[in-house]
Amino acid sequence: MTIAERRDDSLMSEPDTSGRFGEFGGRFVPETLVPACQELEEGFREAWADPQWREELNVALRDYAGRPSGLSECHRLGEQLGLRLLLKREDLNHTGSHKINNVLGQAFLAKRMGKTRLVAETGAGQHGVASATAAALLGMECKVYMGAVDVERQALNVFRMQLLGAEVEPVHSGSRTLKDAVNEAMRDWVATVGNTHYCLGSVMGPHPYPWMVRQFHRVIGDEAREQARALLGDDPDVVTACVGGGSNALGIFSGFVDTRSRLVGVEPRGGAAVSRSIPGVVHGMRSYLMQDEYGQVEEAHSISAGLDYPGIGPEHSYLASIGRADYPTVTDDEVVDAFQLLSQTEGIIPALEPAHALAWVVREAHTMQGQTVLLNLSGRGDKDVGQMMDVLKDRL
Amino acid sequence: MTTPDLATSLRALRDGGRKLLVPYITGGYPGWQDAIRACAANGADAVEIGIPFSDPVMDGPVIQQASQAALEGGTTPQSVLEEVPSLDVDIPLAVMTYYNLVHHDGPIRFASRLAEAGVTGAILPDLPLEESDEWAAAADDAGVATIMLAAPTAPDDRLPRIVERARGFVYSVGLLGVTGERDTLAETATALAERLKAVTDTPVLVGVGVSNAEQAATAVQVADGVIQGASMVRRLMESGPDEVGRYVAEVRAAIDAV
Repeated sequence: MTIAERRDDSLMSEPDTSGRFGEFGGRFVPETLVPACQELEEGFREAWADPQWREELNVALRDYAGRPSGLSECHRLGEQLGLRLLLKREDLNHTGSHKINNVLGQAFLAKRMGKTRLVAETGAGQHGVASATAAALLGMECKVYMGAVDVERQALNVFRMQLLGAEVEPVHSGSRTLKDAVNEAMRDWVATVGNTHYCLGSVMGPHPYPWMVRQFHRVIGDEAREQARALLGDDPDVVTACVGGGSNALGIFSGFVDTRSRLVGVEPRGGAAVSRSIPGVVHGMRSYLMQDEYGQVEEAHSISAGLDYPGIGPEHSYLASIGRADYPTVTDDEVVDAFQLLSQTEGIIPALEPAHALAWVVREAHTMQGQTVLLNLSGRGDKDVGQMMDVLKDRL
Repeated sequence: MTTPDLATSLRALRDGGRKLLVPYITGGYPGWQDAIRACAANGADAVEIGIPFSDPVMDGPVIQQASQAALEGGTTPQSVLEEVPSLDVDIPLAVMTYYNLVHHDGPIRFASRLAEAGVTGAILPDLPLEESDEWAAAADDAGVATIMLAAPTAPDDRLPRIVERARGFVYSVGLLGVTGERDTLAETATALAERLKAVTDTPVLVGVGVSNAEQAATAVQVADGVIQGASMVRRLMESGPDEVGRYVAEVRAAIDAV
């Protein structure tokens, strides 16, 4: 059975013509950017429907990024938790996370559309590194906006981006984290829209980004579904991933949304957009958003720079609103424990972001005894080791 | 004193041959009320009051800084609107803010709050034409003019649809970029104003990147008027309301001489 044949596209297909998934999504951007979003939507539709372009992208995903990524069963940790735990190994991709899937897609698309420059926002630095990588690969100029707080806590990734030839611009406004980096990248794009593509790093922003970025990541879910069926002869009982904007989660969910698998997106307690269920409009989209009683956007707080985001991609809000996916939260302490646990039981140092999903599995394992849990290990922990040396210095 | 209606007032002034000057002042920034009074006393035809928002994506560093300072000082949409009646000025007032503050309140409730405060115009720079129906209907019902933005990137077939939806005036975005002062007036400023003037009788005002009296005078050779934000707010932050008044008088004289 080929992937194209088996799709039931009622869920996670295209948004409507206004870019909405149910009541979420849309295109709330300054007038200057409306034509650019329209051109991007058109350009993406054409490229995505062009077999030759898709083949070029697939070759790059295979020969450059290293796809398909593996599926590892965690025998020791699984036994300890009383369940079967499978990891989708996005940490083994080139540049160390799932981000490369989206970035190669967008960079190839930007090139096809005649753009010569990429701007990107980054939190933990993974998307910035991936963007800088793609820019180097395709000979494009690249500028990455990064909150000043994140520049400090992710110094290694800052240097990586610079080494790859990108310019890193620290953002000092607002909370000086991911949300403000998005604002600054959008301001840049407003001024440079003629030659520049905004390489947005998650399933968020104005239409077509949430849909387009999910399509670039659905390779995660498509592969994982085949791999899980080959290994288990069945779909997993639970599919889980961490959620900031939510791109790695939508990537893996897209392979299982039409199966019986339970879908669980895990948010940091200090960045829980879904839990409070208040829709808002920021960064071009209508979605669940952390905000105060007046509608001012609140600052997220998380040990993980990559999840330090007060909103969530609109398709997640939709999946939550119809009850297809759940979005529990975990604390920083639970994340630190999970980070250590995976390192010590399986020899895999996870990024702090997917350690959130693992923290949820550990906490809820008693409710999933004997079940099969597929976790998207969206990135590797090398970038977090410096930060964790401080956190764990008295524990090891 | 009841403030006059924005749409009626600006059209009458324009039809009478006057070039329009609309300063922007960040609501809640210390001295903002006196700055608005100084604008009114020195020849402004209306004032655009910024209701500060946490994530102002169309604003450059000056207005970002003023907004952040106002928010840190405890400014809320309500606290700004409550002060408006006591401004006691005889020129129309509009607000400029971002859509989440409207969405959070609900368009109908927000529009009626504006009307109750005596505000008769609203600029929402992150609410483009395709997303504006719900708000625009609520604003029309409340008697609040929805001022639509048009940008240099708009293809020709888009402009008529924008001006059809616009009430009060059309905000002709002067350049590709966010608010802030520039050394020169971008060529796009007069070019877009000219394209808009060709398709509408509604007043066309150029804003974003109109940075001094000389640039304002150049812009009104084509446009019906100018909006000046960062150059006003910088003066408010550096020197206070009196300096804003002096500057408004300077721009007034320059555009009257055109």
